[in-house]
Amino acid sequence: MVKPTRVTNNIRALRFAHGEMTQADLADRIGVTRQTVIAIEQGRYSPSLEVAFQIARVFRVPIDSVFSYTDPEEG
Amino acid sequence: MTHQEKRAWIMLVVTVVAYTTYAVIVVGRAHGHPLSGVPYAATMLWSIGAAILASIVADTITSGPRRARITDDRDRQIGRMGEHIGQSLVVVGAVAGMLMAMAGWERFWIANVIYLGFALSAVLGSVAKIGMYHGRLPQW
Repeated sequence: MVKPTRVTNNIRALRFAHGEMTQADLADRIGVTRQTVIAIEQGRYSPSLEVAFQIARVFRVPIDSVFSYTDPEEG
Repeated sequence: MTHQEKRAWIMLVVTVVAYTTYAVIVVGRAHGHPLSGVPYAATMLWSIGAAILASIVADTITSGPRRARITDDRDRQIGRMGEHIGQSLVVVGAVAGMLMAMAGWERFWIANVIYLGFALSAVLGSVAKIGMYHGRLPQW
C-alpha cells in the first residue's frame, strides 16, 4: 500500500513570489528534472533533505518556510 | 516526459512487439502439430537481438540535447524500484525452467518459459516505472 506523503510545501507560492519563477527555472537551479519539481509541488514525491535545502536556498528562506510536516495525530 | 520515462516506454513497446512477433512466428509454424517440435531457437535469438538493437536505436533517436537527458534522485529511485518489481518474474521464470528441466520437460518449453519470464519481467518493470512517474513513489 502506497502511503501518501505527510510533507506539504509552499513551492508554488514561493515561485510566484520570486518573479513568477517557472518550474523549469527552479529545476535547472537545483539540478533536477522539471517533472520532479512538478511531483514535489503536487506532493507526489518527497525530495531528499539535500534537495529540500537547495530549494530553500533558491528562495532564500529557512527550510521550514518551504516544507512542513503534518503529524499523524494532528490528522 | 523525462528521458528515463521515455526509456521505460521504449522498453515496454519493444518487448511487447518483439515477444509477440516471436510467438506469432513460432505458433504459425506448428500447422496443427505439437509446438515442441517447431524450430524456435534461431527465431528466439533473433527476436532478443532485434529487441536489444531496437531499444538502443529508439533511445538514441528519442534522446534530446544533453540538458534533456538529466537524471535525478527520483529517476534513480523509480529505476531501482521498477527493476526490483520486474526481477520477481525473472526468478519465477528461472525457477519454473529449473523445475521443468528436473521433471524432464522438452527443451522447447524450458527455453520458452524462461524467455516468457524475461519478457514479462521487462513489461512489469516498465509498467511499474511508468506508473510511478505518473503517481506516487511507494513509501513504506
